[in-house]
Amino acid sequence: MITLYVPCDSAACSVGADETAAAIEAAAAAEGLEVRLLRNGSRGAFWLEPLVEMESAEGRLGFGPLSAAEAPALVAALAGRGQPPRALGLVEEIPWLKAQERLTFRRMGVIRPTVLEDYEANEGLAGLRRALALTPAEICSEVLESGLRGRGGAGFPAGIKWKTVLDQPPGQKYIACNADEGDSGTFADRMVMEGDPFLLIEGMIIAGLATGADHGFVYIRSEYPQAIRTMSEAIAVLEAAGWLGPDIAGSGRGFTLEVRRGAGAYICGEESAMLNSIEGKRGTVRVKPPIPAIAGLFGRPTLINNVLTLAAVPTILARGAAFYRDFGQGRSRGTQAFQLAGNVARGGLVETAFGVSLRELIEDFGGGTATGRPFRAAQLGGPLGAYVDAAMLDLAMDYEVLAEAGAMLGHGGITVFDESVDMAEMARFAFEFCEIESCGKCTPCRLGALRGKETLEKVIAGREVAANLALVEDLGELMRDGSLCAMGGLTPMPVLSALRLFPQDFMPSTQAAAE
Amino acid sequence: MPDRQDRATADAPTVCRLHGSDPARLLEILQDLQQAQGWIAEPQIQEIASTLNLSRAEVHGVVSFYHDFRRSPAGRLLIKACRGEACQSMGAGDLIEGLCRKQGIAPGGTSEAGVTVEEVYCLGNCALAPAAQVQGRLYGRLDAGRLESLVESSLA
Repeated sequence: MITLYVPCDSAACSVGADETAAAIEAAAAAEGLEVRLLRNGSRGAFWLEPLVEMESAEGRLGFGPLSAAEAPALVAALAGRGQPPRALGLVEEIPWLKAQERLTFRRMGVIRPTVLEDYEANEGLAGLRRALALTPAEICSEVLESGLRGRGGAGFPAGIKWKTVLDQPPGQKYIACNADEGDSGTFADRMVMEGDPFLLIEGMIIAGLATGADHGFVYIRSEYPQAIRTMSEAIAVLEAAGWLGPDIAGSGRGFTLEVRRGAGAYICGEESAMLNSIEGKRGTVRVKPPIPAIAGLFGRPTLINNVLTLAAVPTILARGAAFYRDFGQGRSRGTQAFQLAGNVARGGLVETAFGVSLRELIEDFGGGTATGRPFRAAQLGGPLGAYVDAAMLDLAMDYEVLAEAGAMLGHGGITVFDESVDMAEMARFAFEFCEIESCGKCTPCRLGALRGKETLEKVIAGREVAANLALVEDLGELMRDGSLCAMGGLTPMPVLSALRLFPQDFMPSTQAAAE
Repeated sequence: MPDRQDRATADAPTVCRLHGSDPARLLEILQDLQQAQGWIAEPQIQEIASTLNLSRAEVHGVVSFYHDFRRSPAGRLLIKACRGEACQSMGAGDLIEGLCRKQGIAPGGTSEAGVTVEEVYCLGNCALAPAAQVQGRLYGRLDAGRLESLVESSLA
């Protein structure tokens, strides 16, 4: 019996994984070959998708990118006729994967996402089992000691937030997982929910035990329908197995979880707008204080964490804080799931310890641009992140190092651009995106975005360039200092970095031609 | 003539009651309605407000705030094309412009052939750009040719 794996991850399916799977089954039937075809998550090497894997005595062999048209050739080879197409050798030996340090993503692509036996056979639930034997304060200490910082982008020490919620007076408390991964250039959360959903849920249950919260919400953006379906399925599996519900594994403690769908608003990735959304309201941003840990959902103490933050917790509990802390450098401990996106040859999920350089990520892992044209810029951390140029490629990926260089780690997304990029247009788009997605509550953001866009359009049209650029700088300062949240507050970051690093793109074409 | 459902086919109060008529579940209610019907009709806003004991303004506020909720039916083929930075880096701007030009519409519009093109910001497929959702299904590594064949085969 031959066992084959074809990913069911939505990105893999977006380039034909379902068709490849169907073609393999059809070809095997025609050959009379007995094949067991399983659907795993994606390894995150999207440049190899659809990546078909075959179990062998030495490990799993990979074949990719394998289209439906090539499936018959693979099946023929398995039947002993001819060489298999797109052979890659052992998947775990592929340099792009082997060079990574996968802690959070170590099961990604290995297991079937919603099969509990697969999860448990790969260290799944070990963290929760240990947490059930600890006191809430002990769990919080472990998370604090690990150095885990919020992976949504703010980088706030997770343990401190957990302890804050624990220390609130007893009563109804909530865990709210922010799975509204709206940043362009990011897909790590999507992969966790589609490829290893039990990991996220395990992290949330541990969070519940640590803080005294007995109910959790996962707020998933509606642009991720498969993540919504997979998480719902995973919840049902864990409920049936007694790991979710009023009495977890006979411990006497309960935790229930529900999925909530977003509705296309980027701002609902901001934690307080997300809370309003879960409460059935418009996703406007709340004034802080009070912080959600003290008064969050429905006014109750609420622990809000990003998917990756919660997904790191089971490892910390299973292997201990020191194990996690010893990866990384400075105040950036543990691993980060970087996402190589955009105009990059070998894009996908790269998990390594903090401290890796941008050059290693873009050139060694990423293989440079997809088009083959020279690299010109990369945007780090999503639409609110700064652009960097080729001179900055040796920067270490570390919260503080990047901040000092005027850039931002954010959720770990790295969007690559080649020489064809027009940085004035990207700056204009930054304002336009803010205008479209602003919740409208504060004037610096609501109006600043619109005026910023209009002013840059004048610059691009060559009208009073110097004066208008000075205005943009001034506006940037105002939005940065006066906005209620990071939407307005950080929109100037991509704009001003583009201006600083690529001033020639903003000059009228006659002037530029004279240079 | 585009094949459009101009009638509200789902029963809003029933959807509300399936969610316990809980105003905190308004987004879930509206998503169920949007998915069942493809749009939210004006009279349904009042129906929802009455059933949930909210003001019509509150429900209108929520429906108009979120990009997902349509106030009129889409054409028979709905394309959500990504204009996020990663997709732009791989030519999404030109791709969408070309599609709209071919269909004779502005982004957000619906063509004579019944194709609606909406611009969205990130589908989470950033390493396989440009990406789009066609009739709810995600596609990556799109180019003008593939997109055109997709439109043709979907309309057939």
